[in-house]
Amino acid sequence: MSIDLTTGYLGLKLRTPLAASSSPYCKDISNILRLEDAGASAIVLHSLFEEQIQVESGELDRFLTESAESHGEALSYFPEMVSYNLGPDPYLNHLRKAKESVDVPVIGSLNGVSTGGWIRYAQMMEQAGADAIELNIYYMPTDLEMTAQKVEEMYFDLVSHVKASVRIPVSVKLGPFFTAFAHLATRLDAAGADGLVLFNRFYQPDFDLEALEVVPNLVLSDSQELRLRLHWTALLYNRIRPDLAITGGVHTAEDVVKGVMAGARCTMLTSALLRHGIAYLEKIEEDLADWMEEHEYESIKQMRGSMSSQSVAEPAAFERANYMKVLSSYTLKTTAR
Amino acid sequence: MGEWSDQWSSEGKPNIWGAVPTVIEMQSEGGASGAVHGALQAGALTTTFTSAQGLLLMIPNMYKIAGELTPTVFHVAARSLAAHALSIFGDHQDVMSVRATGWAMLASNSVQEVMDTALIAQAATLESRIPFIHFFDGFRTSHEVARLEQLTVDDMKAMLPQDLIRAHRARSLSPDRPVIRGTAQNPDVYFQARETVNPFYTATPEIVQKAMDRFAAIVGRQYKLFEYEGAPDAERVVVLMGSGAEAAHEAVNALVAAGEKVGVLKVRLYRPFSAEHFLSALPATVKSLAILDRTKEPGGPGEPLYLDVITALSEAQSAGRLPFAAMPKVIGGRYGLSSKEFTPAMVKAVLDEAGKASPKNHFMVGIEDDVTHNSLTYDNSFSTEHPKTVRCLFYGLGADGTVGANKNSVKIIGEETDNFAQGYFVYDSKKSGSITVSHLRFGPKPIQSTYLISRANFVACHQFSFMERIDMLKWADPGATFLLNSPVGPDQIWDLLPVTAQKEIIEKQLKFYIIDAYEVAKQTGMGSRINTVMQTCFFAISGVLPREEAIEQIKKAIVKTYGRRGESVVQKNFAAVDATLANLHQVQVPAAVTATVDLRPPVPAQAPGFVKDVLGPIIFGEGDSLPISAFPVDGTFPSGTAQWEKRNIALEIPVWDESFCIQCGKCVLVCPHATIRAKMFEPKYLEGKPETFKAVPARWKDYKDQMYSLQVAPEDCTGCHLCVEACPVKDKTQPKRRAINMENQAPLREPEAANWDFFLNLPEFDRNKLNQTQVKDLQILQPLFEFSGACSGCGETPYVKLLTQMFGDRALIANATGCSSIYGGNLPTTPYTFNSAGRGPAWSNSLFEDNAEFGLGLRLAVDQQEIYAKELLGRFAVKIGENLAKEILEADQKIEAGIFAQRERVEALKARVNELLGKGANGSGNALRDLLGVVYSLVKKSVWIVGGDCWAYDIGYGGLDHVLASGKNVNVLVLDTEVYSNTGGQCSKATPRGAVAKFAAGGKPAAKKDLAMMAVAYGNCYVARVAMGSSDMQTVKAFLEAEKWDGPAIIIAYSHCIAHGYDMRYGLEQQKLAVQTGHWPMFRFNPALAAEGKNPFVLDCKAPSLPLDKYIYNETRYTMLVHSRPDDARRLLAEAQADVMNRWRIYEQMAAMPGAAAETKSSEGGN
Repeated sequence: MSIDLTTGYLGLKLRTPLAASSSPYCKDISNILRLEDAGASAIVLHSLFEEQIQVESGELDRFLTESAESHGEALSYFPEMVSYNLGPDPYLNHLRKAKESVDVPVIGSLNGVSTGGWIRYAQMMEQAGADAIELNIYYMPTDLEMTAQKVEEMYFDLVSHVKASVRIPVSVKLGPFFTAFAHLATRLDAAGADGLVLFNRFYQPDFDLEALEVVPNLVLSDSQELRLRLHWTALLYNRIRPDLAITGGVHTAEDVVKGVMAGARCTMLTSALLRHGIAYLEKIEEDLADWMEEHEYESIKQMRGSMSSQSVAEPAAFERANYMKVLSSYTLKTTAR
Repeated sequence: MGEWSDQWSSEGKPNIWGAVPTVIEMQSEGGASGAVHGALQAGALTTTFTSAQGLLLMIPNMYKIAGELTPTVFHVAARSLAAHALSIFGDHQDVMSVRATGWAMLASNSVQEVMDTALIAQAATLESRIPFIHFFDGFRTSHEVARLEQLTVDDMKAMLPQDLIRAHRARSLSPDRPVIRGTAQNPDVYFQARETVNPFYTATPEIVQKAMDRFAAIVGRQYKLFEYEGAPDAERVVVLMGSGAEAAHEAVNALVAAGEKVGVLKVRLYRPFSAEHFLSALPATVKSLAILDRTKEPGGPGEPLYLDVITALSEAQSAGRLPFAAMPKVIGGRYGLSSKEFTPAMVKAVLDEAGKASPKNHFMVGIEDDVTHNSLTYDNSFSTEHPKTVRCLFYGLGADGTVGANKNSVKIIGEETDNFAQGYFVYDSKKSGSITVSHLRFGPKPIQSTYLISRANFVACHQFSFMERIDMLKWADPGATFLLNSPVGPDQIWDLLPVTAQKEIIEKQLKFYIIDAYEVAKQTGMGSRINTVMQTCFFAISGVLPREEAIEQIKKAIVKTYGRRGESVVQKNFAAVDATLANLHQVQVPAAVTATVDLRPPVPAQAPGFVKDVLGPIIFGEGDSLPISAFPVDGTFPSGTAQWEKRNIALEIPVWDESFCIQCGKCVLVCPHATIRAKMFEPKYLEGKPETFKAVPARWKDYKDQMYSLQVAPEDCTGCHLCVEACPVKDKTQPKRRAINMENQAPLREPEAANWDFFLNLPEFDRNKLNQTQVKDLQILQPLFEFSGACSGCGETPYVKLLTQMFGDRALIANATGCSSIYGGNLPTTPYTFNSAGRGPAWSNSLFEDNAEFGLGLRLAVDQQEIYAKELLGRFAVKIGENLAKEILEADQKIEAGIFAQRERVEALKARVNELLGKGANGSGNALRDLLGVVYSLVKKSVWIVGGDCWAYDIGYGGLDHVLASGKNVNVLVLDTEVYSNTGGQCSKATPRGAVAKFAAGGKPAAKKDLAMMAVAYGNCYVARVAMGSSDMQTVKAFLEAEKWDGPAIIIAYSHCIAHGYDMRYGLEQQKLAVQTGHWPMFRFNPALAAEGKNPFVLDCKAPSLPLDKYIYNETRYTMLVHSRPDDARRLLAEAQADVMNRWRIYEQMAAMPGAAAETKSSEGGN
């Protein structure tokens, strides 16, 4: 039986739902080539961090000038370079090179700090040939006066501004920490987002107990983390216009199947590849095809959304009662023991 | 000049013939001149640039180059020579020292002339075959920013005929047409052969004049060998060369306009000296000539130009060719040494003197000679400033960007308006908290004023703290504008000004503006860079340009200056410009002085007389007013004077939290300025302590009955944060707090100053009771190096301080020129000090290149005196007492207790010798008095040779190598910053692979030289590589072992530096990373172990555990390559990583080798 693994995401035709998500892997063109060889159907580049650009520029400026013009015998401490490869140029060059090197779609990822920056860099990515842009939004509302509503308005404004500035599709990669995620998704839909990528994983500070210091930490994901993504994908599928993609917790062909069944058009991988190597992608694809064959699925399209809240027999399973039930069953089990 | 050439070369910028010149950095100017000589001999057009001592190092090759009639031009920023003291500033001592080498000498007087004359000299050398020194005044001309007309490539091509260049190549050495050059000649022919060149010298003046004429035809600016300006019927003429000639020209113009018959003769071609051209340039009406030399030749009949003029006149008179009615009266004088001011007022005084019936000769002008009474007085109120020239003074900190912004302002006005513009910048010699004064002139007339501004229309004070220590408004003209960066608003500022400032503002009716520039900078993301804010204010209120246009131009300049560093940098500067005007306020000046406090005295009232009378005025910026008699005759200065210079430069200072301090002493050890001190003392001494003075029971097992105090010198601290970063303990409830934390200095200043005084008066703990191998105990030892002018957070000075704590009371220090000689010995004050017994380091700086040899000389003298003392002691043993003599002669002084015991014996010896002398000494008086003269040589002396990597690895390496090979007991401390720090970040052989430095703009392609292993190769030399930030214990061990080893020892100390480009508060962390990544493997090679049959090589660190990039990419010197040439950076990182691993493998093997004893044993076992 011939199995159709193709899918569509952000208007792009993908050979399979298996895409490489934004990760440090993608900083290296040779890795990008290997990802394509291993079967990645799309590549989301690592993020262009506007803040990083600002910091690098600021630091360079500070240390080139801080001690300059202070002593008669040493008016400066460094030679002046003709140009610095600062700002977005290195990223854009990399994007161009990636586009030249592979046939699969290349999606630029952007993390900005100012509205002007988001728009400017998005336009630059479009000009550099990106097939789409993933807005990697992360804002930590630590201000005691900042309301949830204001935070969400910022997201909507941002998406609508970027959408108004570029012609290529724009997806939004989000964290899960919103009070009313479904509503937020609807508003992002209204703002013009072409896709939602669920969910981002951010550094979570850890403590070094010896040094009494906070240390940034990020461990690789595992399949456990998929559930949150499945849950929201299943809830949102077919209820909003943007395509849904899952990132975080996709480690096996079964994970991919679950993601697609929940309604994802694309499942993105990083941790699994970091753990097992790029070639592991081939195995997942093989396993996926095997599973589908074994279970007599003809195409990805056929299974997409089949386990979403709109398709399952018990949509309530995705709602609060489900939580209660699990708890009670767990209690029963432990009691019985 | 060299740095620009290197930069252009590395950018691939072609010269006028389309080739990219090769630029190579040599180990010294001696090396450079040799390489130039070689390149010239092989037919390349070659040049070099130098100054001062560097030019002296070129002398041997200069004789060769001239003797072989080789065309080249050396461009020299003429500077002072090190004599009684080093000075980096401008005069003609260096160029006058090479006038006998046979080089032609052409002087430029202004920035425009430098460009023009460089080309004229190049043309003339090619035609004449005589090599040329093209010189101009160091700093006054070399560092002036001025509007000029740039020569074009076509101008240059037209001036340099290809046939002459081909002729130069045709004379070169080539095996295709072999010749021999550089023969040795005997008495029979050397003389004749030496005289063959005469026709070339005779022809040169005309060749130069022809080149000048050709230049005039091409470019339009006409120069003459001797250029006369002034009244055509002048009777008195001043003759001089260099920038002073411009001030003289300005003065002469004013005097002629006032009806005086005076003139100035500017000497351009000084060698070959053409008497004919000289005489013909002067008006026939001349009756007296005043010859000014910017140099000094002690003991000579006069200075060089004076002697040449006398000779020219005398020869002309003898030959009957004198073009004057009578032989003019000639007087000569000296001016302007070490960039001493030379003003039109002084020129007038000189011309006035020349008109007197009995004028002074061999006079000085610009200083007061109250010893031989031969200086000229001058009237400072004589001013020739053009009324339409706007004159502005800006007082800033080096770190606040004032000078950079002012350079931009000069460019804006010079390039964008019809005005002429001039900028000159005065820097102080401190490396932390250094003050800069910018002197800017703008006006419709060409600016010839080669002197500082003393009548300003605009005065800006960019740092409020300057108001209490600098009387800057004395330079303000009546009605001038005063701009102040104020921490308070217009309603509050008046009461914060000192009496003097209030008086001057009122009496001179100054227009007074303020802005809180730090607040604007903070709000706009500029941090502490207030330059853009203050520049915007200047343009807004000075009226040099219309406001809107000024702002547009400032923004253009911002893009030009910062654009390549990133858009965000440009944007925040724009934001600062835009936010400025709303925060700029004019202050309504009250009618009366209301202040009760005035300027702070430069030193406290209790300072010693010399400090108050001589160093005080220097600190106060009044050094120019000190007469000759104020100074020691031989450059000898008292030590221990930095303690009186309270600079108050720290905004925040550390405050001790005694509640959980573990008294480890790490903060004391690392403090670069010795401003954190610890003492242990008996509780009774706390009586009468100031209210806030802190002391707690000592945490020493053996001294639990003692109290411990950690005290900060609030007015000497530079606020570097290193102590806080070094503190290993954290508050358990608030880990952000350490046992030492930074707090605002202002409210702490008075109470902590009182605490500091109390602390200083506490007795020193008995050093013999301390274990000097422990950092904890070392903190109690008094540092004899304190409050230096080193950079805030300096990585070198903690080692120097440690040296003085451990061995300072018996140390002689030879210090190579470099950072350590500047913060160690730059006036006004000296950081080396003495203990309560009056003992402390005896310190001297000889030169840059000879430090190891200089230090060896100290050792030889000390040893020789000891030998003599021992001989005398042996001779008089019976009279002195056999026991005492024996004890002294056989004393074990390997450890400090032995030295202290010997000191007591020597005191007893002294007393005994005095007793004998009192009794008449029976004919042995002279010998016994000799013994008294050398008696202290019987106490062990510790000779230290201290310098930076550029001395040890580069310019002084040959000497260092020789000294290490000598086997003599000297200790060498190399403060390795891996770059020329003092002169602004040039590459040295200590620079690591991949680091960017000047002359290594593409990242240093070669690995860092392993100086330590080169020293290890001698076998009998103690060698240690240390990094205090990684292991203070290992550092301490190395110092002790080096001192103990009776032979040569070298310690190479990792010293973080501002030239590495990161926040120096993290210096210790970087040192740790340098070791962890294997960049700086710590080890000790102790020949004493070899003598015991053990392996002398001990590794003091673990194998590299982190990749190199974790260390290097925290520093701008490496990241700037990543940003500018990422591919090169990647390649060099990989190579440097391989260096690390390869070196580690070798070190590991060496450390694993068994000692000789073990080998013998195993070989015996085998048999």
